[in-house]
Amino acid sequence: MGQVSPPPHPSTIVAPDREALPATLRRNAPLVPTDSAASRALAAVIAILTFLAALCAGAAEIVASSADQWQGSVAQEVTIQVRPSAGRDIDADVAKADGLAKATPGIAATRIFSKAEAERLLEPWLGSGLDLSDLPVPRLVTLKLAESPAPDLKGLRSALGEAMPGVASLDDHALWLQRLSTMANTFVGVGIGIVALVLIATGLAVVFATRGAMAGNREVVEVLHFVGANDDFIARAFQRRFFRLGLRGGIIGSCLALAVFALAGLFARLWRSGPAGDEIEALFGAFHIGWRGYAAVLLIGVIASVVTGVVSRLTVRRFLR
Amino acid sequence: MTGDSLLSGVEEPVVQFENVGMRYGLGPEVLSDVSFQIAPRSFQFLTGPSGAGKTTLLRLILLSVRPTRGLVSVFGEEVSDISNEALTGLRRRMGIVFQDFRLLDHLTTYENVALPLRVQGRSETSYRAEVVELLRWVGLGERMHVLPPLLSGGEKQRAAIARALIARPDLLLADEPTGNVDPGLGRRLLRLFIELNRLGTSVLIATHDFGLMDLVDAPRLVLGQGRLQIER
Repeated sequence: MGQVSPPPHPSTIVAPDREALPATLRRNAPLVPTDSAASRALAAVIAILTFLAALCAGAAEIVASSADQWQGSVAQEVTIQVRPSAGRDIDADVAKADGLAKATPGIAATRIFSKAEAERLLEPWLGSGLDLSDLPVPRLVTLKLAESPAPDLKGLRSALGEAMPGVASLDDHALWLQRLSTMANTFVGVGIGIVALVLIATGLAVVFATRGAMAGNREVVEVLHFVGANDDFIARAFQRRFFRLGLRGGIIGSCLALAVFALAGLFARLWRSGPAGDEIEALFGAFHIGWRGYAAVLLIGVIASVVTGVVSRLTVRRFLR
Repeated sequence: MTGDSLLSGVEEPVVQFENVGMRYGLGPEVLSDVSFQIAPRSFQFLTGPSGAGKTTLLRLILLSVRPTRGLVSVFGEEVSDISNEALTGLRRRMGIVFQDFRLLDHLTTYENVALPLRVQGRSETSYRAEVVELLRWVGLGERMHVLPPLLSGGEKQRAAIARALIARPDLLLADEPTGNVDPGLGRRLLRLFIELNRLGTSVLIATHDFGLMDLVDAPRLVLGQGRLQIER
């Protein structure tokens, strides 16, 4: 043993000619190896799920904002319907109703539909060129509501009922508005439900993938334990890896969804000149999801990646326990 | 001689086995009634024929398996229902050289050797010089950016030893640490273990290389048919 040169211990070594050390020796390699095939598959699953969730959220947003627009314009108007009845001068009744409405606080403007206009409203059903003079066509007075003071529709309704019982009635579209808002709310609720389901599905996919990765890296986990890594350290290593995957998938899915909305908006603008354009626009508005929609789509991408990271961490903690 | 103490003073032993028996599943007992102590700053070999239970004994000390019966204490702590945090704490005081090296193939030699420091949450700049120095000393200075699959058997072994030493453990366990290296390097590595022992680390080297054991005047724990004898 005499011929063996005495070794320097790491703690006592001070090399006189220490070479300049490379700036970064660590390549920042993740402690958990990335199995590229499985990682790509998981990123693709997350991208697809994010895409579907984002489409759903965008669609719900379009419906919600279109419904808001309809409601806004419909709710600003109410209509007085004056029915003709035997022995009454309908023009006098219409003028009286108009006078009552003008006297009511909160009514910004009134407009009387003339007989010709009222008849024209029937044209789509009865066709043109008919002599409608014998038909008892009801007449309309539309009232534009003011922002303030709040219109006293109740008072107006009872005034009309007293002055012209059975002849004039006030239609404030409440039933329509209620139906419309119920439909829009249902749509938004279904959208939120689907987004939640898709995020849960993402979480479950990540649970499977994490368990697979843990089983595939049993050796690595064991070595990490032996060199003194605690469960939290290992869980964090997996979390980092899966968060990155989730972020990649989430960004791809969100960007695809944004691209689809942008394209749809573009096509909607192109088609608007065509015959079907009016119907499409009436149904979907301008096919424009607005900043709220864009924010929702991006938020879903972020939530998907956060869910991925957190779920993988919890899965690892449970696996190691 | 079974049950003899290697303890020189009254200090708490680093490792203490009392009538430890171990079987895997329903198989026969791999170890029976093993009792011994490893004193602080002691140096000993663990030897015996293949399949005598050397690796099982090391795994018991490593706490990667629990004894079927008997008591195992490591650093004064009885390990039968030790918490995960305490287990991590004990393992950070040990350095382990596995027979099959267990280097992580996706990390470079440098990263593998730095691993025990990295998992303690230390920043890379705080240990870089230390790791590079040790790598140069074990002759891997030129190979530190190479991934383990490209290392030769001897290089892997040296990387595994460097990884076990880097955190200056209180207890070093080595399973056939010189099995894949030429005799000259084997002696060099043995010197390193002795030096480490002089600085206060207890060392247990499992080997059946008698040439190596003859180089050091140290007690030998001899396993045979699941029983332990201590030869001085």
